[in-house]
Amino acid sequence: MAASSPILARPPHMILARDTFRFGWNALKGYHSRTILMLLAMTIGVASVLMLTALGEGARHYVRNEFASLGTNLVIVMPGRSETAGVGLGTMTGVTPRDLTLDDVKALTRNPHITRIAPMNVGSAEISWQGRKREVPVLGSTHALLEIRHWHLAQGSFLPKGDWNRPTPVCVIGAKVRNEIFGPHPALGQWIRLGENRYRVIGIMGSEGRSIGVDVQEIVIIPVASAQQLFNVPSLFRVLIETRTRDAMPRVIKFTEDTLQARHQGERDVTVITQDAVLATFDRILGALTYAVGGIAAISLAVAGILIMNVMLIAVSQRTAEIGLLKALGASAHTIELLILVEALLLSCLGGVIGLAIGQLGSWGIRLAFPQIAAYPPDWAVVASFLVAIVTGALFSLLPARKAAKLDPVLALSRH
Amino acid sequence: MIRLEQIHRNFQVGDQTVHALDDINLQIDQGEYVSVMGPSGSGKSTLLNLLGLLDRPSSGKYFLNQKNVTELSEQETARTRNRNIGFVFQAFHLVPRLTAAENIELPLILAGVKPEQRHARVDKALEAMHLSDRAQHKPEQLSGGQRQRVAIARATITEPSVLLADEPTGNLDQKSGHDVIQTLEALNQRGITLIVVTHDMAIGDRSRRRINMLDGRIQSDSRQTPAHDPRP
Repeated sequence: MAASSPILARPPHMILARDTFRFGWNALKGYHSRTILMLLAMTIGVASVLMLTALGEGARHYVRNEFASLGTNLVIVMPGRSETAGVGLGTMTGVTPRDLTLDDVKALTRNPHITRIAPMNVGSAEISWQGRKREVPVLGSTHALLEIRHWHLAQGSFLPKGDWNRPTPVCVIGAKVRNEIFGPHPALGQWIRLGENRYRVIGIMGSEGRSIGVDVQEIVIIPVASAQQLFNVPSLFRVLIETRTRDAMPRVIKFTEDTLQARHQGERDVTVITQDAVLATFDRILGALTYAVGGIAAISLAVAGILIMNVMLIAVSQRTAEIGLLKALGASAHTIELLILVEALLLSCLGGVIGLAIGQLGSWGIRLAFPQIAAYPPDWAVVASFLVAIVTGALFSLLPARKAAKLDPVLALSRH
Repeated sequence: MIRLEQIHRNFQVGDQTVHALDDINLQIDQGEYVSVMGPSGSGKSTLLNLLGLLDRPSSGKYFLNQKNVTELSEQETARTRNRNIGFVFQAFHLVPRLTAAENIELPLILAGVKPEQRHARVDKALEAMHLSDRAQHKPEQLSGGQRQRVAIARATITEPSVLLADEPTGNLDQKSGHDVIQTLEALNQRGITLIVVTHDMAIGDRSRRRINMLDGRIQSDSRQTPAHDPRP
């Protein structure tokens, strides 16, 4: 045999890229239980980033939509003050000294920028009709509520216009309440009992109305004075004010605050907020939450990276003989390092891809289970989780690769 | 073609220095058939590793094909191992997840030879070792003798000038061991320099040159008429 061969004279002494990948792929296939374990870690990491951020984003969109359905150009008045202004009994104890009353609301109707205004009271009571009973949330309000909240009626009419202060024994019920209580019987015109009082059903809500915390299908709406009577509370829970234009909102807020302050003996004891402010707050909170859960999931990715490092280190020790052999067959330290790195990179790429698939599948599952939450992972989470998977995979396999490259072939081969 | 000049190889064991090789001077010509014998710890394995460029001497010079290989970089050393030296081990050292053909292919892969060229050569090597029908078998599906023949095919696929065998029959029964030795000797007859480290006197007697080692030194270096002439 000749000392040098014509075939070997030509190629540079460097393993071909495709052979590097094939070798790594073979090694991954050859040690499948190890590979599956590491893939699992990587997959869980990537998938959890996707699913958690999808949930966060879904929640954010959900809240945003809920607020949109709440109505437009809305100013919300709540009893109690959330910031300290002046010194009074209320500010010292946190208790509102004065109620937010129906007369207060009436005083607000003078403003020309206000198109509609709806005082609200909430509570819960037992509804009963011919022995059928059910605990329902009860909403006390006025005629204007329907338009302010963009709700729809399915049947009959909404609360009557007229004097707010006069309790009227009528009610509008949600579609679900109607089905549960009346079943196949006609509900309109029937007298139902709420607590101790009797009310005539004059309308049934359309089923599409939904809003934060309240499913319109499940509530009973009665005139606000009736609700105050039923729950025996003089104060209102909220006042919803619809302004003529968006630009008028600051003026309406100022007017509301001033009017109520004047009526409450100079005490600023209500909080006036806009829907936008609430929405922005929720948006910020949920946005931060998405990043937080994304971050937590990213930690699991890092853990997966560390796991890959450990398992690769073990793999290198388990495969000392193989690495020694490769060196004996003419692999340089550089080639060995490359082989181990490529193997780890293949692994994390594969784990990343499977993780992305499972994450998308899981998000789809969440959407299937909770149709109202649009759980789509945001693009940044998809890109970031995949990149983090690959970078951690590569980074954490540097050490094992170094170790393999430095192996003394004599020692490696003598260990059988 | 192999020339060792005042080769020393020291190991530090605790606070003691062990002279595994102590002033070795040796010349082996192209096509020689040399057996290296000696008790455990005599330095014969260290000598073989050194000849195979798996180990570097603490001092001294090693010329391979008139080139001082002790001065080569790591990369160049690896390249030299790949092209000029073939290893056959007692424990075969086949990669268990690769088929016989893939194991034989390894040195060519590491050398960056293109697949088309590789496959033709691997087929030829398999044929020469009477392993064509075992090409797609994994090592675990092969007998000991077949495994060692795969290892020999792998060691010679790059057509090296030196074949180093470390107890090549140590893990084999009498018959397979005999086959393997005959295969190695046949290669030697076609020009490859064959250096076998062994405990087995029978194998030692077959070589034309026998080196006995003791305590890191060459105790005797004698040319002999082979007990059984390997020529057919």
